[in-house]
Amino acid sequence: MTKRKDSDRTVLSSKMKLADLIDMNYNLLGVLSRFDMKFGFGEETVGEVCARYGVDTPTFILICNIYTFDSFVPSKELLDSVNVMDIVKYLHKSHSFYLDFSLRSLEESIEKMLEPCDGRHKQVIWKFFKDYKDELSKHFAYEENVVFPYVKSVVEFVQDPSFSILQYEENHTNVEEKLSDLKSIVMKYLPPQCDNQLINRVLLYIYILEDDLSKHTSIEDEILVPSVNHLEDKALLESKKGEEA
Amino acid sequence: MGDKKVLLIIPSAIVARGLESVMDNLGEFRSIGILSDISRTGGNRLRSFDADLIILDPQVLDCETRPSARAFISTLTDVPVVAMATIPLDDETLRQFDEVIGMFDDPTTIIRKLRSAMEARGEAPRAEGEELSAREKEILVCVAKGMLNKEIADLHNISIYTVITHRKNITRKTGIKTVAGLTVYALLNNLIDVNSFE
Repeated sequence: MTKRKDSDRTVLSSKMKLADLIDMNYNLLGVLSRFDMKFGFGEETVGEVCARYGVDTPTFILICNIYTFDSFVPSKELLDSVNVMDIVKYLHKSHSFYLDFSLRSLEESIEKMLEPCDGRHKQVIWKFFKDYKDELSKHFAYEENVVFPYVKSVVEFVQDPSFSILQYEENHTNVEEKLSDLKSIVMKYLPPQCDNQLINRVLLYIYILEDDLSKHTSIEDEILVPSVNHLEDKALLESKKGEEA
Repeated sequence: MGDKKVLLIIPSAIVARGLESVMDNLGEFRSIGILSDISRTGGNRLRSFDADLIILDPQVLDCETRPSARAFISTLTDVPVVAMATIPLDDETLRQFDEVIGMFDDPTTIIRKLRSAMEARGEAPRAEGEELSAREKEILVCVAKGMLNKEIADLHNISIYTVITHRKNITRKTGIKTVAGLTVYALLNNLIDVNSFE
């Protein structure tokens, strides 16, 4: 029988030292950088650092929770208190991070790994990766150009009633499947002349990206979509009241 | 140890602990873990548990999946699967399991049912290894060339259903789901000639 560790139950709080928070889950390093929070924060608490950077503390903690606990589902009260534009800002920063950093490192490491392969094999794998990258970039672009502006309009109460955030709940499965396929191909089927250390590095990059993207998706599906949907309902109710009056 | 390893996929902690204690008391079966859900874990993790038997509460399957539960589970594992019926279920769903445990079954009945599920499956031929069979390779080549299921079925004179089963097995064994990924696999393993392609 497995015993639950007490650390599993620790609830993240604004009174924690930021350094302790990061030490508890180093995946939060990415979250810090996406909120432009710089190191050298000494003994400051989560709440103090958030205040200094103008980030809404409950929103920050909510994101950290999603990153830290696998099946974290925010309560309704928590969702109501969320600052939607901070979430959007975070998602936007994440997109830049994936494109400018994660995918670029992955691309460079794949290129290096494929060097000893014969031309045709190299080309086939390279094309598969490029197609994946294009698909992911397109997905991000859709969110940046369509979804985020819409969310902003909802927050500012000037939304276009013909669109709803629920339409946005399109699935991410295809991009996820492609990354997972890439992982299987790299791990199991590369020609023997590829360097083991380089394969290792590519796999690590893939795993890190895969994990991060899955948290990214959770933030969209578990926070952004329900909060915006809630705002939409509220706006609809207001407009009905207006008509009746 | 002759203990059979059992994986529990049961959302209720009370029910899961109850089953564990029944197995602990009577021996022969031993719990190796409890999952409260399968949607997140996916097939890879199920296989990695290396269980001899799975007890699953059909609640974890959504309503649409339940009537085809067997087909769904067989994509995840090939060990016997026993249903733990914590909620009322239609006969069609229940028939798909190797056995069904009810909420009011006494401990010996539970163990007897687990035993009978193991025996029923023991007579069935063991699943083949993890390497692709010759037939699966043929199907894979067709998929990689972009053929539709119907076309593949016609070419090999088999039913579409068989084609789908082959494709599921190919994906289960290789871990590759997309057509583009399967194409890369076929090329890397020289199942198709790169020159003939494109």
